[in-house]
Amino acid sequence: MGENMLKKENRIFKNLYNEFGWDIENSLKRDDWKDTKNLINKGREWIINEVKTSELRGRGGAGFSTGLKWSFAPKEVGSRPHYLVINADESEPGTCKDRDILRFEPQKLIEGCLIAGYTVNAHVCYIYIRGEYLNEGKRLQEAIDQAYAKNFLGKNACGSGWDFDIHIHYGAGAYICGEETALLESIEGNKGQPRLKPPFPALVGLYGCPTIVNNVETVAVVPTILRRGGKWFASIGRPKNTGTKIFCISGNVNAPCNVEEEMGIPLKDLIEKHAGGVVGGWDNLQAVIPGGSSMPLLPKKVCDTLTMDFDSLIENKSGLGTAGIVVINKDQDIVECMARIARFYKHESCGQCTPCREGSGWMWRILDRVVKRKATFSDIDLLSDVTKQIEGHTICAFGEGSAWPVQGLLRHFRKEVESRCREEPLIKKKLNNPYLVDQHLLENKNA
Amino acid sequence: MSVKKVHDNQPKEFKFSDENLKKAEEILKRYPEKNKKSAVMPLLYLAQRQNGNWIPLAAMKFIANYLAMPYISVYEVATFYTMYNLAPVGKHFIQVCTTTPCLLRGADKIVKLCKENISQNENEISKKGNCSWMEVECLGACVSAPMVQINDDYYEDLDEKSTKEILISLINDKPLKPGSYRGRKNTSPEKILISNGGKHA
Repeated sequence: MGENMLKKENRIFKNLYNEFGWDIENSLKRDDWKDTKNLINKGREWIINEVKTSELRGRGGAGFSTGLKWSFAPKEVGSRPHYLVINADESEPGTCKDRDILRFEPQKLIEGCLIAGYTVNAHVCYIYIRGEYLNEGKRLQEAIDQAYAKNFLGKNACGSGWDFDIHIHYGAGAYICGEETALLESIEGNKGQPRLKPPFPALVGLYGCPTIVNNVETVAVVPTILRRGGKWFASIGRPKNTGTKIFCISGNVNAPCNVEEEMGIPLKDLIEKHAGGVVGGWDNLQAVIPGGSSMPLLPKKVCDTLTMDFDSLIENKSGLGTAGIVVINKDQDIVECMARIARFYKHESCGQCTPCREGSGWMWRILDRVVKRKATFSDIDLLSDVTKQIEGHTICAFGEGSAWPVQGLLRHFRKEVESRCREEPLIKKKLNNPYLVDQHLLENKNA
Repeated sequence: MSVKKVHDNQPKEFKFSDENLKKAEEILKRYPEKNKKSAVMPLLYLAQRQNGNWIPLAAMKFIANYLAMPYISVYEVATFYTMYNLAPVGKHFIQVCTTTPCLLRGADKIVKLCKENISQNENEISKKGNCSWMEVECLGACVSAPMVQINDDYYEDLDEKSTKEILISLINDKPLKPGSYRGRKNTSPEKILISNGGKHA
């Protein structure tokens, strides 16, 4: 084991694989709910400062400072109640970390909710779980019921003097609801279409009330941070990229797994020491998607020396995102892999902004032509142009999320793409490309 | 955006069963009184379960009345979200994840097996047994790829052999157990001895 491996005593999610039991009795043995009352009684200022000291950044993809986000909630409750909303709509391809927290460490999340709820003055918390995670949601509900039975939730939760209730709201298979304002729309009973910001949810959120939206993993690490001190968390990793993180390693590796590691661990260590190495050996590596499908892929050359944290990935024109690592080896057709991601974004676009609704389909159709070797050289420039037309021209970050992976492909594998294209034919045939329809779902070619 | 078709054969009437009416009241308590509309998603799920895993238009009308919201708003929600089935599906409803992490590990082979064993086309109820299948986008179990969701349960770490066994068990109406089909504990790393690995589908 190398020196970068996370020390056992620094692991936060000790039951990530359910080796010790998920229920509340076993959770209590792992120090969940220890001293929660005292932590809360130290007050909001102290909690926010401690979280700021820890330099915890949101684990949902954007990496925004959690302490700062909490400080945006109005200090006094006015005429409108405050809400806490937990984003458990984990749908980013390559990511499955929150699922394990919901299943096996639910008390960490519930305790985190109480602390976060108190800090932002919320008495009610909604946990928005993707609909497919029905069993995980049932498990979480059981855990919530166990917490109520011990008076950790409800009136005077955990003896803290704060009343707190948690409700679960299921999504129904829309990736876009992972976007915080689309998620709020969905809870309100509407289509999940993102809202314009500002106003930010911290001031005008759920039902028009101040609302803080946090990712599952972010909230679940807070109790441990408060118990062990913000300085402890900040001592792991490097400045501004602190703490531990659950990495999901999937794709062409010998032992795909979820693993909690230090922020800033070299990607190669992560793949070789935890995931059993790339199928066919490290030299057989073609590319890695480092942070869920919306982050641009990186070729092997970069992966050799890459460290996994927010800032080092931004330096490499990618992002840590959700830390869902998808490993692609040389046995795979890289264009087909990215075309499939483009199809995902086309399918999941909410349809509100024209550049994204139309552009995501364009990108998929062009990439699909490249895969089928029917594209021409001018298509590549067109593709590059379409990504630029989407990026920055949409209400939410989904536009970037769909354009970046394609830009990454063109940046690092342009030659590979070009090798499948041909010159413009002298006599043009009408291509009859279907328009705006899920053509893979339809029998008729031009439905 | 995805296209969803409403089923041609619609039942004329729909009402919640007494049991579901009680459940609906419980659901309404979760949301502020003036925001009853929030309950539309959970109520659509209730309707879907009551009606054999698909939602008829009559159910949308019933829910619209129940929550005092316009019918079109319920229709919007039911057509926007992919998990609401607007046409009948098999008693065993197989959703095959084919997004990139699963594709890398052989999801296309699972699709092929579904075509061979269940039905040639998606969303077509099988001649033998009562099954249907469809391709879906990422189901969020990427380190357990390839995987399928059958009704509520995840079947993970599949290969061609195990998939075929599962599909046949569904056709015979004796479904096998969900979980990992490589016998590993949840998402933990496995001890791999062969360096060129590649045991997946």
